[in-house]
Amino acid sequence: MTTKMINLTIDGKKVSVPEGTTLLEAAKQEHVKIPTLCYHQDLCIAGNCRVCVVEVEGWRVLPAACATPAMEDMVVYTNSPLVRRARKDVLALLVSEHSTQCTTCYRSMNCELQELAAEYNIDNEIYINLLKDKNFTIDKSSWAIEKDESKCIRCQRCVRTCAELQKVNALDVIRKGADMKIATFFDTVMSDVVCTNCGQCINRCPTGALTERRYIDEIWEALGDPEKHVVVQTAPAVRVALGEMLGYEPGHRVTGKMAAALKHLGFDSVLDTDFTADLTIMEEGHELIDRLKRKLVDGEDIALPMFTSCSPGWIKFIEHNYPDYLEHISTCKSPQQMFGALAKTYYAEKKKIDPKKMVSVSVMPCSAKKYEAKRIEMNDSGLQDVDMVMTTRELGHMIRQSGIDFKKIKEAKFDKFMGESSGAAVIFGATGGVMEAALRTAYEVVTGREIPFNGLNVEPVRGMEGVREASVKLENVLPDFSFLEGVELKVAIAHGLTNAAQVMDNLVIGESPYHFVEIMACPGGCIGGGGQPIPTNEEIRKARTKAIYTEDEKMTIRKSHENPEVIQLYKEFLGKPLGHKSHELLHTKYTRRERV
Amino acid sequence: MAKQKLKRVDLIFSQECSCKDIIAEALKKPKEEIVKDLIDSGLKGRGGAGFPTGLKWKMAMKEKGNKKYVICNADEGEPGTFKDREILDRVATKVLGGMALAAYVVGAREGFIYLRHEYRFLIPKLEMVLERFHEWMEEFDLDFKVNLFIGGGAYVCGEETSLIESMEGKRGEPRNKPPYPTNQGYLDKPTVVNNVETLVYALMIMRIGAEKFKSMGFEGSTGSKLFSVSGDTPIAGIYELELGMTLDEFVQDFGDGDAKAVQVGGASGFCVPRKRFAETHIGYQGGLKGFSLPTGGSMMIFNSSRSMYNVLHNYLEFFEEESCGQCTPCRVGCQQLLKGIEAVKRGEKSQKYLNDLLRLAETMKLTAKCGLGQSVGNSFSSIVENFREEMIY
Amino acid sequence: MRKRESAIVTAVEKYGKERKNLLPVLQDVKRVKNYLSRSDISEIAAEMGLSSAHVYGVASFYHFLDLEARGQNIIWVCKTISCYMKGSNDILLALEDALKIKVGETTSDGKFTLLQTNCIGWCHKGPAMLINDEPYTELTPEKVTNIIDEFHKK
Repeated sequence: MTTKMINLTIDGKKVSVPEGTTLLEAAKQEHVKIPTLCYHQDLCIAGNCRVCVVEVEGWRVLPAACATPAMEDMVVYTNSPLVRRARKDVLALLVSEHSTQCTTCYRSMNCELQELAAEYNIDNEIYINLLKDKNFTIDKSSWAIEKDESKCIRCQRCVRTCAELQKVNALDVIRKGADMKIATFFDTVMSDVVCTNCGQCINRCPTGALTERRYIDEIWEALGDPEKHVVVQTAPAVRVALGEMLGYEPGHRVTGKMAAALKHLGFDSVLDTDFTADLTIMEEGHELIDRLKRKLVDGEDIALPMFTSCSPGWIKFIEHNYPDYLEHISTCKSPQQMFGALAKTYYAEKKKIDPKKMVSVSVMPCSAKKYEAKRIEMNDSGLQDVDMVMTTRELGHMIRQSGIDFKKIKEAKFDKFMGESSGAAVIFGATGGVMEAALRTAYEVVTGREIPFNGLNVEPVRGMEGVREASVKLENVLPDFSFLEGVELKVAIAHGLTNAAQVMDNLVIGESPYHFVEIMACPGGCIGGGGQPIPTNEEIRKARTKAIYTEDEKMTIRKSHENPEVIQLYKEFLGKPLGHKSHELLHTKYTRRERV
Repeated sequence: MAKQKLKRVDLIFSQECSCKDIIAEALKKPKEEIVKDLIDSGLKGRGGAGFPTGLKWKMAMKEKGNKKYVICNADEGEPGTFKDREILDRVATKVLGGMALAAYVVGAREGFIYLRHEYRFLIPKLEMVLERFHEWMEEFDLDFKVNLFIGGGAYVCGEETSLIESMEGKRGEPRNKPPYPTNQGYLDKPTVVNNVETLVYALMIMRIGAEKFKSMGFEGSTGSKLFSVSGDTPIAGIYELELGMTLDEFVQDFGDGDAKAVQVGGASGFCVPRKRFAETHIGYQGGLKGFSLPTGGSMMIFNSSRSMYNVLHNYLEFFEEESCGQCTPCRVGCQQLLKGIEAVKRGEKSQKYLNDLLRLAETMKLTAKCGLGQSVGNSFSSIVENFREEMIY
Repeated sequence: MRKRESAIVTAVEKYGKERKNLLPVLQDVKRVKNYLSRSDISEIAAEMGLSSAHVYGVASFYHFLDLEARGQNIIWVCKTISCYMKGSNDILLALEDALKIKVGETTSDGKFTLLQTNCIGWCHKGPAMLINDEPYTELTPEKVTNIIDEFHKK
């Protein structure tokens, strides 16, 4: 069936577009960018900011280009004097209810309202400043997300993200008229509602209304304190996105430069979360095999499928919404937290450093990790395992503040004893990565052979589809694993919490035929995390994902169980996977939470 | 009291013919003929938006699918309007008759009366009328059932898409149009939303014929309409009058001899000063020069003792509260207009600031997402332009 | 096991769980329980499979879905222009006097809450007010005092 084409005129040019195309998209086709604020590629159309209004001949009003379908013979002007006048007024209205303290705002220089206001010469003197008489709050209750009402332009992008994209529904629109605002259930503080801290709202907020809780100043202080031994770990997804903060295109890998910059900033040891990602695979892979053994051999009513546990946004989501299913989650801590526990025990021992003098910092693509680090369970080292978590964005700011010319800095390597990693670890950053890493190891542990995929690239688990399935037949297994002979290991991967909810809902009604499921709270996996550079869109996420897999291919070691530092760790310190020491330091438990 | 000059019409409340008979007769006609009659009659929506009724029913009729809805918009909330309450109190059967007609024409089997919360006291009476109506429907073999839906209290829900959102269990935030309700309305199905009064006229036109209806009023503003008259008048109340009268004629009949201004169409309508009474007709041709929108028929008369600043202030407070808040021009614009006139009055801003506000009001008319935001500028501009001194001193 | 509030279960069973029935459910529960509390809102959300934030967002939109405790009888005095011109301010003062509270407050015996509302459709007979669902029109300060007295006698 051929699509009907619509013929219209935009700014004097004749244009032909498929039926259903909006005026915004039609203009884009003609390389005309109509300014927007409430519109976001990832979300449904709102049409409430009224910045994208255009003039249509014969129409009494100026419709929103994002919400108006192109119609036959329409004559549209995207930048007529009437449109410009209207746009200026709309922007002036937004600025009149907005805090204009730009120099102290975290989003300054990357704020969509600031950019448009500057383009159209708008300040807050055109109309009356409405903030003066309003009681607005800056909610700093949450360890992960800060909400500043004085900067909200009520575009509802965060609400649409939280509802459609993530199905968390922590944020909604409340009241009406002049009292209308974005808030939570009964306007409760963020720390006391179902917010999972995934930070997808931060990524889509056009202004500084939603930001992460920041530690930049505290980290500078720690780095400048000669008494402190400051170690830093960096997550895989950071190295393929950090460049965006420092002049590179999305998908440019800056691993070596990142390590060099961190050394220059003054960290005493620049280490790698990828190291503990490999460790996580060891522990989690063995945990899966153990669960299968207990089910198939011992006949125990063990919870299957087992779910991955490295995404703290996902963990909080299941704790609030499916608290009866917590036994399904792997007891393994996330790589960040395994690192934290080992830094103040294993690393401290080996380097002969007093753990009390250590400050353990992590750089994460994630906002939920800030919450994870402060969970009461995360102190198995005897101290808070991870002291401060900063996002990719915060590191970008610190590097800018340090004066380093990032593009020119010479690459460096990670330090010992927790800096070695494999390609399997780096792919943790992409959706399907944890699963692929686990399969590369589990398959070999069980059969003694490499997983039969070209170049070890387990394609069936890769991709951007919301929920993906795959299966691997375990044949000719090693004698120790005879109970798995002939078993078709069924796995599933989901990213974005709406897809996680789908998987869980199927589990609840008994339609979950899997043994192992990887869930990432963020669309795209960690590369789309709540701490990554802003803006985010499909193209950017795809570019970062490509970089992750390229990074994997270029590594010498591709499988977690071949990481020499991991092997050394078990030999010298842990003993064996799921051993006593592992359980003490590397495993955790979860909490039932309310659904409000 | 001045001699009554304007001819009173008696279509809405007349009891000269049984409603049941009118419905029975109408249902015998082919649908296309009913649509043609309505279009010929020139009947336009009596709630305020003024969309041609026949055309609306025709559009819904043409939509495919067997799930369609007819909704009676009884969310009357425009300040100064109270005629729908009276209709529902006295001749609710006629409203249902109009709904049955619409259902028959467009092919709807379910209908609703969206009743504003403030009219809950009408529920017992309406339930009785509904029971009888459903018996008639069975007799006439028309598969059409009507239920009451009670609003929660929001002026904006008088806007048809906001009303539909409310009925779907959401905040009453107007939708983007297109698509229009006749195409994608309640639960995304073709829906006809008509005002209470419009539905009664649709039924009565079946009784008196399109020609008779057209013979009243004049081109573009045919027929008669209910006017809700209040303010400085010795005879406040509801009056059915032909469309097209001048405000001069109106004030002669209804004023107290000292009329300074008439607000036509409520807070979202236009304020006409005495000097323009003679040249202003009441009808659907928009704009203030020569014509004015009746917007539901609210007519508020202000005499020389009234402060137009207070009047405007009251309207702006109303809009600031009742705006749904979703779009920038309305949510922020209403606050700016209100604070603006306060600042000018207090001397904090010079009177030149009024010009900035007039320009803002224009922007709101052009860019707001729905009729509420688009109409705030009507009363603002007409009052500020005609009574500027009262804004300053 | 989640505790299930009877007023809420009744309302949801009466209208159905679909989201489109949210407004009638909220209204029924509010009538029975006088207002909608935090636990009511989250209960309703749980029963209907909706998020608590969404139900709160909807409830807070509508003027008559009270989210604060109210007295047995709620008085809504119209403050829009036609009633204002007829002296609605005097009516408000008379009520404040008769009830010994300010607008927005509830009497200490819990019998009355005094509030304001926008045009209730009695402009030709202003000033007007609603007490619960009943309209009272053509008010004078004396009339309202009598009305309050009648309520006290009941």
